[in-house]
This record gives sequence, structure tokens and C-alpha cells, in this order.
Amino acid sequence: MIEHYLNLFIQSVFIENLALAFFLGMCTFLAVSRTVGTAVGLGISVVTIQTITVPVNNLIYNNMLKEGALGWAGLPNVNLAFLGLITFIGVIAAMVQILEMALDRFVPALYTTLGIFLPLLTVNCAILGGSLFMVERNYTLTESVIYGFGSGTGWALAIIALAGIREKMKYSNVPAGLRGAGITFLTAGLMAIAFMLFSGIQL
Amino acid sequence: MPADSVKKTLIVAFGVCIVCSILVSTAAVSLKGIQDENKRLDRIKNILLAGDLLNGDADLRTIYEEKIQPMMIDLSNGKQVPKEEFNEVLNIEDFDITMVAGHPQYGMTIPSEKDTAKINKMPKYTVVYIHKEDNVIKQIILPVYGKGLWSTMYGFVALDTDLKTVRGFTFYDHAETPGLGGEVDNPRWKAIWKGKQIFDEKGDLRIEVIKGTVDTSGSEAQYQIDGLSGATLTARGVNDLVRFWLGDDGYGPFFKRFKEEIYG
Amino acid sequence: MGKYLETVKHPLFDSNPVGVQILGICSALAVTTKLETAIVMTIAVTAVLAFSNVSISLIRNQIPGSIRIIVEMAIIASLVILVDQFLKAFAYQTSKQLSVFVGLIITNCIIMGRAEAVALHNPPRISFLDGIGNGLGYGLMLLVVAFFRELFGSGKLLGMTVLPNVTEGGWYLPNGLFLLAPSGFILVGLIIWALRTWKPELREVE
Repeated sequence: MIEHYLNLFIQSVFIENLALAFFLGMCTFLAVSRTVGTAVGLGISVVTIQTITVPVNNLIYNNMLKEGALGWAGLPNVNLAFLGLITFIGVIAAMVQILEMALDRFVPALYTTLGIFLPLLTVNCAILGGSLFMVERNYTLTESVIYGFGSGTGWALAIIALAGIREKMKYSNVPAGLRGAGITFLTAGLMAIAFMLFSGIQL
Repeated sequence: MPADSVKKTLIVAFGVCIVCSILVSTAAVSLKGIQDENKRLDRIKNILLAGDLLNGDADLRTIYEEKIQPMMIDLSNGKQVPKEEFNEVLNIEDFDITMVAGHPQYGMTIPSEKDTAKINKMPKYTVVYIHKEDNVIKQIILPVYGKGLWSTMYGFVALDTDLKTVRGFTFYDHAETPGLGGEVDNPRWKAIWKGKQIFDEKGDLRIEVIKGTVDTSGSEAQYQIDGLSGATLTARGVNDLVRFWLGDDGYGPFFKRFKEEIYG
Repeated sequence: MGKYLETVKHPLFDSNPVGVQILGICSALAVTTKLETAIVMTIAVTAVLAFSNVSISLIRNQIPGSIRIIVEMAIIASLVILVDQFLKAFAYQTSKQLSVFVGLIITNCIIMGRAEAVALHNPPRISFLDGIGNGLGYGLMLLVVAFFRELFGSGKLLGMTVLPNVTEGGWYLPNGLFLLAPSGFILVGLIIWALRTWKPELREVE
């Protein structure tokens, strides 16, 4: 059992990396990766939100939306799966807000560093994507906790690595037209090739 | 009324919710029929595809109803499940194999040492499709699935009545790399499976997907299938899933029972 | 009239949402292994974009600032569900291939960005055209990327064989790398380079 969870974790961090294999959360990935410091801040926020929202959405989906899930309320024939999208995005927006308020109230130091990134997370498709993959792959509650944490970690790892490379690149002589966005894409492409080496690993 | 008053905020929020929910629900409810029919047709098409029963423009549903008889079986002993035990989970017309596999009562966890197809959970019951013509059984079409490189691959294997010869093979759902692992969909590759032997005379499971090309003159050629170039891991996944499902932990008990019933 | 035309034309090159503003990248990379999925995705995004712009523009004077974002989200999410339901009903095979990426239109930053930048301050007609223009600008990029990826990756265009494959008796050995994630990044990077060489005023100053 432990083996299975470890495998799922490794897989979601390296092999099915949300940023480099599924292109999720690209806008923020490319825009907020200028310095390592900010990348770390954003990375931590993503891991936190992802670890909370994937299991919460899992609970909501399995107990309220899925076909036949409302059996406990005496409505076994109701299928609300089509409401999945709007529910997930609502949960994500709400969780982001709650986390923001909680941090502000209890850990103000962390709030000042992460505060600016939190609103960005609502429109980060890595977060919504995590929940959608959870539904598509039928994860159980425990699996979804691990998947949420793993996929968030993978995304954070990718953006921190990219920021590190971009910091070094300031000293390189990049052709004028490639500066900024262009070279960042090429770098991300090379990183994706590197991450492909992990494909097929199973524990 | 100023746009930011509490009353106005509530009214707008409420109004937006009402309008959106009406729109979304109307669409979902009114399109449900077509969507379910699409799903059903897709499944029927793939069953017929595995059994090589598609001919030209003939209506899928007509062929299916004429020639295919679904049968629900208990995988542990191969027995047919009687109609009385059907319910919304064990639904013969609309059998959702992954849903049943994950069901606390009708699914089970595979011990990891046996789980060669890497699927973790399997259903205790499944639906197989019997192809009959003029009341004679022609072939049996079995659902199979297992992990490839990226995704779980779902397919059907069609077997001859001798339960040894492959008559057809198809995948209907997977997310393998297009052009590499995705070639499991390639009609040329699927055609190789036709006529291959699953078991030898002693009844040992022999079929396998090898790496590279099969030596057609070799004595093993009847059991072997060419690998997919550039997709070693997907091909290994196909090999593992076929061997799992056709083995003792998969359809083994069903094969045994079927032979007894047919050949006395 | 000129103003309207300009609203549609400007986002095609000069302020292309993908190539210049670097928005909506996720789906631009993920659904471009085939032209067909790219076309369907373009239609879906353009439709959502145009109608979300119109709806938000229609109620722009009523939306209270405090719940602005969530109202926009609700409208966009509802439209995306509509599109998703329609695709499942009328383009089942393609919707299966697009899988989660239809749902992810909700978080496509182009849509939120246009709602905030244009729809909140402009009348419906301009907002609608702006939506169409940006949708097409996004689509143009998708089609270019998908063209190269499908052609070199599988030797086909729209599923029809252009370069006959070796496996099917032809001469072309498909370059599988074009179908994998890295090629998406690299192609978009090169297209941005080309665009900025053609229009030097778009270059970034660092």
C-alpha cells in the first residue's frame, strides 16, 4: 500500500509534471519566474492550495455530484456531474480567500511574503487541472491527498528550476527578438525534454 | 441604487446565480439523451470493431442487436450472473468497468504481487459480449484494460470459440503519446493480432508482445506480436494487460467454465 | 466601421494574446498535437470569449466591485459548461481527445483578462468584437503550432496523410518529438522570435 502511494507521489512530481508534461499553469509559470525568491513563494502557495483543494473537491464530487452520489439524501438517480467545473472553481476561489484571511490573521509574516501570489492561484489552471485529473482518474480520498501534494510539488519544482535558469541567463547575450518570452519558452522546452527522462519509472 | 450597497451586491449575486444555473441545467438536461447515446454508440462501435463486425454503412445498433449478446459474469468462478442480481451498478447495458472496479462492494483490490496490469483495482463482475449467428457462438469479445506509459488503456479482445485464437483486438480509450505509444490504435498493428495463439497445447499462457520484429519462420511466431518501435513501455503495458486478463486472475475461471458448458 | 474592424484585427498580430501577451498558453500547447483538436478548441474559446465579454459588458454598470471577480468567474464557468455539454453531445470523439482541457478554458487567462480590461468598460458591441478578435488571435497561434506538430509528428494534416509514413509503406519517418510536450514550448518560442523579428516594436526591453 505504502509502495502504491509512494509510486503515485513520484509519478505526480516527476513523470506527470503538471507544468512540463501537461502545460498547466503556464501563464504564471512564465510570468512569475524571473527570480528564485518569488518562484519559491509562488511554489509554496501552489503546494498548499493544491493539497487542500484536490481532497476537498474529491469529497464534494464523490458525495454530492457523482452519478448516484446523492443516494444518502434519498435521490439515488440524480447525476450532477455537469456541475463539477463550476463547483471546483468555486471551491478553489473560496479556499484561496480563506487561506489568505487565515494567513493574515495567524501568520502575518508569511502573509506578507505570499500575499501577492494567492489571488493569482484562482486562475492558475494547474490547480483546477489537478482536481479535473482527480475526477478523471477516480482517485480515492487518500490518493487525492497524495496526488494534490505531489502535483503541487512538481509544479513548484519546475518553476523554481526555471527561475534559477532565468537568473543565470541575465548574463547571456540573447538575440534581441528572443529576449524575454521567447527564450523562456525554449528553456522550458529543454527542461521538458530533461523531465521526459523520468517517463516510465515505476517503483 | 449605488453599485456597492450590500442590498445591490446580494441582488446581483443572486441574479447571476439564477440565470447561470438555469442556463447550465437546461443545457445539461436537454443534451443528456444525445450524450448518453453517443457514449453507448461509441462502446458498441468498439465491440463490433474488435469482433470485425463492422460492415460499411449498416447501422451499428442493428448489427449489435442482431449479433451480440451481452452476458454478465462473476470473474471469480466464471458463472453467469442472473438478471435478478442486476442493479444500477451492475447494469448490463451500460456497464462502467472502472466504476465497478472502484465500488466498495463489487470491486476489489488486486494484491500488488499479482497486479501485473498495474490497475490496483478490478471488478468482481464484468460483462462479456458473445457474438452469435443463427444461435451458433462465433466469438467472444472481452473487455480488458491496463496501464500503458501515461494512461490506462481500455480495449476489447475478440477470441475464437476455441478460446485460444485471437480474432481481433482494439483499444478504444487511452492517452498514450500520439505517433509512438498511440500506435496501439494503428489498424496495421491491430491486424497483427489476428490469428495469434494465446495458449499452447498444454494450456500454458504463451502470447506476448516482444521487443522488435517477430521472426516469422520461428516456432514461436504464432504466439508473438511485434513491439511498437519507440514505444517499448506502452508495448510492455499491452503485453502485461493481455497476459493479466487472459490469465488465471482474469478470465481464467470463465474460460474453464465456458469450455465445460460448451464441450460438456 | 474602421474602429470595429480594428478591434478584430489588432489582436491577430499586434497584440496577439498568445504570442505577445503570453496568455492562455496552457491549452495552446496541450491541444496542438492535431489540427482537428486545435480547430475545435479555437471555436470553443472564441465562443466563450465573445459571449462572456457580451454578458459582462451588458451588466457592467450593475456589478458591485466587491464581488466583481466571482461574478465574472460564474459567468465564464457557466459558458464553459455549456460548451462542454455541446461538445459531448455533438462532437463526442473530439471532446474525448480534449478531455480536461475544455474545462480548463475557465482558467484561460485570456478570458479573464479581456473581461477585466475590455468588457467592464465598454459597450456590448465593442466587447463582442474584441472577444472574437482575441479568440481568433489565439486560434491563429494554435493553428500554426498544430500545423507543424501534426505534419512533422505524424505526417498528416487533419488526419489525412500528407507525408506517407514508413510504417504504412511510405518514405517519411515521423518525428515523434513533435508530438511530445517539449516541441510545443520550442515551437511557440520560435514563433515568438519570428513575430518579434518581423515587428521589432514588440520586443521586450530588459
